[in-house]
Formats: sequence, C-alpha cells, structure tokens
Amino acid sequence: MYSNFISLSKKAFESLGEQALFLGSFFRNIFRRDFEWNELIRQCYLIGYRSFPIVALTGFVLGFVLTLQTNPSMKEFGAQNMVPGMVSISAIREICPVIIALICAGKISSGIGAELGSMNVTEQIDAMEVSGANPIQYLVVTRILASTLMIPLLTIFADGVAIIGGFIGTNISGDMSLSLYFRKSIAALVFSDIFPSFIKSVLFGFVIGFVGCYQGLHSNRGTESVGLAANAAVVSASVWIIIIDAIAVQITSAFVYN
Amino acid sequence: MEENVIDIKGLKKNFGDKEVLKSVSFSVKKGENMIVMGRSGEGKSVTIKCIVGLIWQDEGSVKVFGKEVKEMTENELKEMRTKVGFLFQNAALYDSMTVAENLAFPLTRVLKIKNAEEIKTRIHETLDSVGLEDTVDKMPSDLSGGMRKRIGLARTLIVKPEIILYDEPTTGLDPITSAEISELILAIQKKNNASSIIITHDMQCAKITGDRMVLINEGECIGEGSYEELQHSPDKFIQSFFK
Repeated sequence: MYSNFISLSKKAFESLGEQALFLGSFFRNIFRRDFEWNELIRQCYLIGYRSFPIVALTGFVLGFVLTLQTNPSMKEFGAQNMVPGMVSISAIREICPVIIALICAGKISSGIGAELGSMNVTEQIDAMEVSGANPIQYLVVTRILASTLMIPLLTIFADGVAIIGGFIGTNISGDMSLSLYFRKSIAALVFSDIFPSFIKSVLFGFVIGFVGCYQGLHSNRGTESVGLAANAAVVSASVWIIIIDAIAVQITSAFVYN
Repeated sequence: MEENVIDIKGLKKNFGDKEVLKSVSFSVKKGENMIVMGRSGEGKSVTIKCIVGLIWQDEGSVKVFGKEVKEMTENELKEMRTKVGFLFQNAALYDSMTVAENLAFPLTRVLKIKNAEEIKTRIHETLDSVGLEDTVDKMPSDLSGGMRKRIGLARTLIVKPEIILYDEPTTGLDPITSAEISELILAIQKKNNASSIIITHDMQCAKITGDRMVLINEGECIGEGSYEELQHSPDKFIQSFFK
C-alpha cells in the first residue's frame, strides 16, 4: 500500500516534470526563425472553422434553455424584463466559456492527441526529427497557438448565439422585440463581465492545445496507445479547465467584482 | 584505404531490465553498403537509431564522420542529420500531406530552399529516379506498400545524404518488388557514392545490396564479412540465416 503510494507519487512528479520541460520547449520554439505560418493557418481552420457548427448549436441551446428554465421563476417576481440581462451575464461570464471549452476539449484536444499519437506510432515524428526538421516547431507550436487563438473566438461566437437563443426562448412564452432584447442584454453587461471571461477562454484554449500535444507526443508505440492518448487528452484537459475556472472565479471575485 | 564514416564501438543499451545491446561494434566505410542481420528484437533498429541520436546508448561510442554523436551540440546533431538519410520500416510518410508535400518538407525545412521552381524540379527528378513520377499529387493512403517504400526512399534521397540507414526496406513486400527495391538501393549507392547500413532479414536483398555483413545475436556481433564469407562460416547460427 505504502509502496504503491510512493510509486504513484513518483509517477505524478515525473509527469509534472515532463510537462514543465514540454512547456519550456514550446516557449523556446515560438520565437525560433522560420515560423510555420502556413501550418498555423491550416490549424486555425481545422480547430476554429470546423468547430463552428457544434459551437453554434451548443451556444444556441445554452441560451434557449437558460431562458426557458429561468422565465417562470422570474415571472413570479414580475422580473421578466431582467431575463435578457441575466442570460447574457450568465452566458458570457461563466456558461459559454466553460461549456465551449469542455466541448472543445472533447473535440480538439482528443483530435490532436490521437493525430500526434498516431504519428508517433507510425514513426512520422521520428522521421521529421531525423531529417533535421523540428517537430515541436511544426506540430506543437502551431497547434497550441491555433487553439489559444481560436477557442476565445469560438467562445465569443457562442456568446452571441446564446443571446439569440435566449431571444427565441423569451418569445416562445412572451413577446419582446429583437432590438429591445438586445438592448437589455447588452446594457446589463460591463467590462468586468467580458474581459475576465475572455482571458479565461484564452487559458482554456492554451490548455486544450497543450494537453492534446503533450499526450499525443508522449504516447507509447502500440496502436492501443492512440486511443489512450486521445482519452487522456480529454480527461486531463477537462480537469485543467475546471481547475482554471475555479481559480479564475476566485481571482475575479477578489479583484474585479469587489 | 577508404575512411570510416560510421564507427560503432562497444554499444550497450538497456530498456528497463532488458539488455538489448551488450556490445555491438562495427564500422562502415565511405561508399560501402553494410548489411546488419539478426533475429527480431536483437536491437538492430536500436543500433541505427543510436547513430542519428533518436535513442541514446547507455555505454559505448558511436561516431559519425569522426564525431561522437553523444557529444554533439544541438546544431551539430541537426547538421549531421541533414547528411544522414533514414528510411523507416513502414516508410513513415506524413499522412496528412501529398507525395509532393512529403518530398518538399525536407527541402524547405532542412535545406531551406525557397525557390518553388527548384523544389518542383527536384521533386520530379527524385520521383523519376524511383520510378513513381505519376504519384506526385497522391496521398500516402492511396499508395501500395511497395510504392510507399519507394516514396519514403525518394524523401530520404531528395536531400542527397552521404549516409543512408535502411530499416528493413523490403519487409512485407512480394519477392518481385523486394528485388526492385534492392536493385534501387544498389543503383543509389553507385550513383551517389553514398554509404549505407541496411537492416534486413531478406537474404536476396543482402546478396544484391551488401558489400559486407554483420550478424548480431544476443546483443553482440557474432560474425562479420562478405556474403560469401559468412555463407561458408562454420558457425551453426550464422549458417541458419543462409538456409
């Protein structure tokens, strides 16, 4: 029992050390010459553009359901006109960044983990390294940067769609014009609702790319390890998203909302 | 006497408790094709991966162009790798890129060639040399096993390496394609005067391509010589390869 604990702790520290080294090598390679712009743009397309449908659907459902669930309670207090503001604040501050990040952890992080894991199994990464090219610069830097850039944009997009979903939800049981709904949604928002949420989604994007790349490149050589890398990427990225969210809420509460 | 381009002395490598290489020593001269044979799991691939610094040995010395690989700086290692081509067992083609993009990758990233016309010319020349010029826009998934090996070879050759390391170039291919690949390896050696290490279990390939052979058993070299010399060796284990 005691030896198991020691062995698990040792593995956990080794993994942390490896992740720290990997992080260092990512930052070292960002600033190298011959940046892979074409690959970055390709990854932005794959990560960002290809995720639009699922992000749109999620954002819409979030806004729509949030409105339908809160409308009856607000009606009891005669505060139905506060629903647009409440939906926009909830969606922008917390729900959209976290839910979109969790969905992207499932879609993007696992995809990167499986892709790089498969490249590892088929010796493509070794082939890149042995040819004198830099696999970190080509594969890792581009994917992490693309994810860091695209997740905040997808989150902003989801925020907008959630407000539209909220408008449709409101008009199922009530009657409010589009312009009034938008004015009320936007008027309820302040800078401190938007900026911390944006920073949070940047961090989520970084974690999604980083964890996917780390798990993919550190997978074992069997075909089974491709699935394991994808699975580990989703689990680790999701855990990190929740941890970052918990820390971010504490920081924003202490410095921004007080 | 020709100079040694690769010198391996007392190479030792363990993976956990498993002693894969106990003491492997051999050298390769300039322009020479060296065949490395042995049973599966005897560390042949580990040996050539130590040459390019993909795996680091526990003990022993690996010198390429007279320089100890383990003591090379990052830049020296990178420079050495540009002169050493590596053909992986399954060709290791980048499966998200077309054949042309696979071949352009080392040209733009390693040789830093920016001229599109020059890249195109070299791609066509190299594909022509392996007899697959019409595959330029195909994806690796559209190619047969033999074609993938040839394209892998083309990607290795396009940077005109001085040393080529082949990891089982004919494994999994039919006898006719195997013979074609072997002839191609020989033609490349003659045309470019490149030195090669060829890991193979294919005696036909060894006979066609090899100038010298080394046999590894239980992590040690047990025989070295020409194909004919080893064929007539009294050692029963060596004999078993020629049956």
